[in-house]
Amino acid sequence: MSDETRLTELRQKFGRQPAAPDETTGAEPTPREAQPRFRGLESGHRACQGCGEALAARLVMECAGPDVMVANATGCLEVFTTAWPESAWRVPWAHSLFENAAAVASGMEAAMKARGRNTKVLAFGGDGGTYDIGFQALSGMLERYHNVLYVCYDNEAYMNTGIQRSSSTPHAATTTTSPAGRERMGKRHLKKDLLSIIAAHHIPYAASASVAFPQDLQRKVRYAMGIDGPTFLVVHSPCPLGWRHESRLTINVARRAVECGLFPLVELERGSLTNVMPIRDQRPVTDYLQLQGRFAHLFGDDPRAQQKRDHLQALADYNVQVYGLTGAGPDPADTGGAAAVGRSGVAAGRR
Amino acid sequence: MREALEGSQAIARAVSLCEPDVVAAYPITPQTHIVENLSKLVADGDLHTEFVSVESEFSAASVALGAAAAGARAYTATASQGVLLMAEVLFNIAGLRLPMVMTVANRAVSAPLSIWNDHADSMAVRDSGWIQLHAASNQEAVDTTIQAFRITQQTELPVMVCMDGFILTHTMEPIDLPSIDEVRAWLPPLEFDRQLDPEDPRSVGMLVTPDFFPEVRHSHHTAMRKSLEVIETTDADFAQAFGRASGGLLTVEGDVTARVGIVAMGSTVGTLQAGMAHYAAEAAGPALLIKLRSYRPFPARALRDAVRGLDTVIVIDRAISPGMGGILGTEVAAVLAGMPDAPKLVNHALGLGGRDIPETIYSDLLAAIRDPDAPAFSVFDADMEKLPPEDR
Repeated sequence: MSDETRLTELRQKFGRQPAAPDETTGAEPTPREAQPRFRGLESGHRACQGCGEALAARLVMECAGPDVMVANATGCLEVFTTAWPESAWRVPWAHSLFENAAAVASGMEAAMKARGRNTKVLAFGGDGGTYDIGFQALSGMLERYHNVLYVCYDNEAYMNTGIQRSSSTPHAATTTTSPAGRERMGKRHLKKDLLSIIAAHHIPYAASASVAFPQDLQRKVRYAMGIDGPTFLVVHSPCPLGWRHESRLTINVARRAVECGLFPLVELERGSLTNVMPIRDQRPVTDYLQLQGRFAHLFGDDPRAQQKRDHLQALADYNVQVYGLTGAGPDPADTGGAAAVGRSGVAAGRR
Repeated sequence: MREALEGSQAIARAVSLCEPDVVAAYPITPQTHIVENLSKLVADGDLHTEFVSVESEFSAASVALGAAAAGARAYTATASQGVLLMAEVLFNIAGLRLPMVMTVANRAVSAPLSIWNDHADSMAVRDSGWIQLHAASNQEAVDTTIQAFRITQQTELPVMVCMDGFILTHTMEPIDLPSIDEVRAWLPPLEFDRQLDPEDPRSVGMLVTPDFFPEVRHSHHTAMRKSLEVIETTDADFAQAFGRASGGLLTVEGDVTARVGIVAMGSTVGTLQAGMAHYAAEAAGPALLIKLRSYRPFPARALRDAVRGLDTVIVIDRAISPGMGGILGTEVAAVLAGMPDAPKLVNHALGLGGRDIPETIYSDLLAAIRDPDAPAFSVFDADMEKLPPEDR
């Protein structure tokens, strides 16, 4: 059976069929309902309202599945999708431990190779499982060149245990282990520049994405799926509970993170920057910060608040500068974030 | 065919005969020669496997886990600190009921740093839910490795084959290796029903609430107890096919009129056999030698049968639980509890951190039970002269 035939069969078996008109009212299905789609992660799971991670995982699965298997690190995604005997996954999925998703995925991939199968292996982890405790296993997987797409759902703290700081938590953000108080203004350290470390492994493809830009996110997943080798995607995924913003604001918050420059959307191939999502008008970081309770202490009377805001603005400006996010001048191809604009490299050429 | 092979080399060859799909390993003394030999077999094209040279033992176990979950025959090997670094994954592998085989080249655990043999490493993961089989010789280690692949397939319990570091791994002996055709005929291909498969997607390793957790543990315990029979029949079946057994759950040898039994695991058994042969005249009476091969599952009934009618049982531990005493000794005591006319139990730790166990230990142990002031547990070969008085 060819890969294409197999894929079609799997899609038919596990995909959602186009909805029919309502039997009683005769109402036509919405265009979204009318579209046959593969849903690797089904609805009905236990994620919070407005969960960025649940949205991101669904978007990834829609275009990655169904001929995949997933190694999932311990975390919210694992917990809210699988309390026995129910599971929201429509693909083979395994959770082992917190810090070994990349190694478990390596083993799955080795098994597929040994058994002559082409099923692509995905590894999912949060920022705690990726930036921190699973970092070594991830580096090993990339170095050994396993054919695995690793997706990090970055919500910038240990949310599953109740919002503790990770090395991905932004500077000055409050968490339960980096609270603001008389002596402290939230997290004292910087957010780890993970993507640069990943890029230093010179893997075929590494990129950042955001739930606020689903088309861009899915394009990056599809591109990574086509590569025979290690690929990495970090997806900025707001957590309303941990970031303390209204559930309905998830997309707004995520979009502003990109628009202010604090979370640049970039693509790197073999360690070199090949593509960025441009920012037409860079927002001040305060537009992003003020939507979230985790930065509320930066808007009080404390004289250090201004200092911290300036620091965060400088970090955003630094990203804009090093990644060339605003470009040299007006860019005729700039779609204002509707799609990434290729400036060079293979990724741009393939679109 | 009999060949002169180093223990590690023989294990690598035995693993190779079982044709694993995936081998993942990280080097650690005294396991290193096993992975070196496997790597060379792969490099020479004699073994077709996905050999994954990982960045830690933690990942070695995790790669094997992922491979097994995806339906591959998986193997890894480690020792000492490596076992402890793997510990979290080992519990996970067993809890997921994944079939795989691991060799442990038993070595002491730091601190103080020691690269030499004792059983502290595999004892530390005693409760992980793995089957633990101890080999007394390199031939037994080879045969037990081949048997382990069949046991793990049949029971869906991971199997640890324990062999004493250096004493076995680095000793050259004549080894009888079966041919690959013989092994293929004896070891059926792995057909793991719960494997990850896009055509039959299932979720593995899910969150389990208190509503189901005790049942999971109970069924694991039941599976371990049921595996006692599988271990025994597999060894018997192996003996029928290859003409030699490895000792089932346990074996008893020596003078049947003896009133004293000595229980031991691993290469200590070989030392005691030699001691029995060479120092019987010096010994205070005959003894039965009870070689325990299956440490987990623990063969309680077989052990009771083996010691029934004895006056004294001496249990040799190659590990210690500080604050309690011997680990094997404590378990044997638990098994003897409630047994009518249970023999008196004497427990000694021996050979910790690679301290050489001489053949004369056989007569020394038998002499020691005559001492009415002897403690119930001792580190038998510890030299008190080397310690300050307050530590004795």
